[in-house]
Amino acid sequence: MSLSSNHLLGLRGVPRSDIELILETAATFKQVLDRPIKKVPTLQGKTVVNLFYEPSTRTRISFELAEKRLSADAVNFSVSGSSVGKGETFRDTVRNIEAMKVDMIVVRHASAGVPLYLTRVAKSRVINAGDGTHEHPTQALLDIFSIKEKLGRVEGLNVCIVGDIAHSRVAFSNVYGLQAMGANVSVCGPSTMIPRGIERTGVKVYHDIDRAIAENDVLNVLRIQLERHARGYFPNVREYHRYFGLTEERIEKNNPNVLILHPGPINRGVEMTSGVADGDYQIILQQVANGVAVRMAILYLLGTRKENEQ
Amino acid sequence: MKVIFKNARFIDPERKLDETGDLLVEEGVIRRIGGTTTEEDANGADVIDREGLIVAPGFFDMHVHLREPGREDAETVQSGLAAAANGGFTGVAYMPNTEPAIDSAEAIALVKEKARGSLTEAFPIAAVSVGRKGEALSPMAELVEAGAVAFSDDGAAVASSALLRRALEYSNMFGVPIVEHCEDPDLAGGAMNEGYFSTIYGLPGVPTVAEDVIVARGVLLAEFTGGAFHVAHVSSKRSIELVRDAKARGIRVTAEITPHHFTLVDEDVKTYDTNYKMNPPLRSREDLEAALEGLKDATIDAIASDHAPHAPEDKEREFIYAPNGVLGLETAVPLALSELVGKKVLSIETTIEKFALGPRRILNLPIPKIAEGEPANLTVIDPAEVWTYDAAKSKSKSRNTPFDKRLFTGKPVAAMNQGKLWRDGEMKTL
Repeated sequence: MSLSSNHLLGLRGVPRSDIELILETAATFKQVLDRPIKKVPTLQGKTVVNLFYEPSTRTRISFELAEKRLSADAVNFSVSGSSVGKGETFRDTVRNIEAMKVDMIVVRHASAGVPLYLTRVAKSRVINAGDGTHEHPTQALLDIFSIKEKLGRVEGLNVCIVGDIAHSRVAFSNVYGLQAMGANVSVCGPSTMIPRGIERTGVKVYHDIDRAIAENDVLNVLRIQLERHARGYFPNVREYHRYFGLTEERIEKNNPNVLILHPGPINRGVEMTSGVADGDYQIILQQVANGVAVRMAILYLLGTRKENEQ
Repeated sequence: MKVIFKNARFIDPERKLDETGDLLVEEGVIRRIGGTTTEEDANGADVIDREGLIVAPGFFDMHVHLREPGREDAETVQSGLAAAANGGFTGVAYMPNTEPAIDSAEAIALVKEKARGSLTEAFPIAAVSVGRKGEALSPMAELVEAGAVAFSDDGAAVASSALLRRALEYSNMFGVPIVEHCEDPDLAGGAMNEGYFSTIYGLPGVPTVAEDVIVARGVLLAEFTGGAFHVAHVSSKRSIELVRDAKARGIRVTAEITPHHFTLVDEDVKTYDTNYKMNPPLRSREDLEAALEGLKDATIDAIASDHAPHAPEDKEREFIYAPNGVLGLETAVPLALSELVGKKVLSIETTIEKFALGPRRILNLPIPKIAEGEPANLTVIDPAEVWTYDAAKSKSKSRNTPFDKRLFTGKPVAAMNQGKLWRDGEMKTL
């Protein structure tokens, strides 16, 4: 079994069989991570460059650990902020890196489309670690893995993504991945944070958090970027928390069995209270742990995939 | 030197002329239209005998960026005008957003000097405000005297409603229009049209309403001041409706559209190729349909390319950072012939109107006549030629076009003006 593509750019259009293969492989790697020596020689001799054009701590560390545990040589290349108007062009940077004979590139960039562009100018396998507000497929895959691990299935579940959908790269990767796996996906947030045309992706839209809690098996709660209120997307943090924040009372009242995910980092007291963030409803740290296994699976499947393999 | 077009069809919509016959041009003047060429005429003449050629009044592109002064690496006056002639245009109006901006008689004189010797004439659209800063009015009287045919702060809308009001009032003394780049900068600020496709492509969106509010402001101020207001590169359905309603009310409002806006849509951004990034952005299918309606019912007066050359290191970069704009001079006529005439949206006569008559009426320029004794200011097209555009061979210094390797039906095959003939990518003196 192998994946249907040489790259992982997003989950839109990715077949269910690919997602299932990644989840199964990740389950195997998760067992490796429970051993005293958490390392396999699978990608020995392969070089992976983590090309991060945006600050990221957890995603980059998660990838780096995954690479090291597969015995790949991991190199980090971080550029803070945009490179607009200074120094070399993105294309030149990529060509320079490739000239050093690398096998895979993990890329994070503020502009959507950069991972796709990389596949055109570079020969390496490309993994999207987040591009603009487009996709963040490895995050969605680890979310799906975590849901499946906890609830035993994804098919038929009602899953709601809560928060700033318009500015999220995680939201849509989750929508596509969960839909491919047979879940019913909805979103919940202030109307200023729900992007236009979203209904065409087949998701239901809530503006009432109580209903969203009551009608869903899983809530995947996104981080609110606090600076958004300065641009008028919401009046203030207090109001956001009051109308869209998760509290223990709300969960107890509407659906005590709901499962809470959060891709981190959490704004405690904004998206959810500390009681929720540390309570029994959530699997936030399991998500982080699963992230390494899921990324190992993706690196392994792409890194060992033969050219033109079907 | 003599040139003869044999068995050509002459279409001059202004004079209701539509005839077939031979055309003899000698030393840049139309000597004879119709009839058949005698041996004596043909002696020493460059005879072009191709079936189905159409001879029209010279085409005019009222919206181009020549980039000189300031970005001569992307385009010069000479290279831009060569691309214009190659695309069938005998006249262009160029935008003032150069570095420095064209806001003085000296700046106009500089471009005029650079344009010397070209077949295609270049008319300045000068800045509305000094330095395009949106503060003080440019010296409009002096600029008109120096040759300015319109005013625009293109690249941005006129910065304030009060300044636009004064510009409309003041420029109206000379009968010169204000050409507005309709974009509210607070509402805009994205990289592609806002809608379903910006949502799934993950790019920040520019809503159509960012254009519509500035069109509405201009229409109201044109009504209030009596000035002439021209909407550059109209792209949204609602803006087209606003222009239609304004015209019905007798307000002096006109509009142009670019070929890329009547050919491509927001969905085409899917490859993140920055040659699909322009301002206004490619809009929805619904907006495109409205544009075709607007062309049909004459709400849209002119087709203009918004030719916007960019050096490769500027244009080939991350989508959100890439500058807006694409080449247009060499593909405008082929796109109109393929997408409008070929798909029966417009007749060939109406298409000629949008290229030759509409822009000159807006800018109050004389319309070339197809008549004996008149200077030959002509565009010759072959509406049936099937050919592939090769951007690598463009006369422009830049290569930023989404139409490279596109198959067209219809081609500008020659242009004549200023005593010169452009044919097969070369200029000859007549």
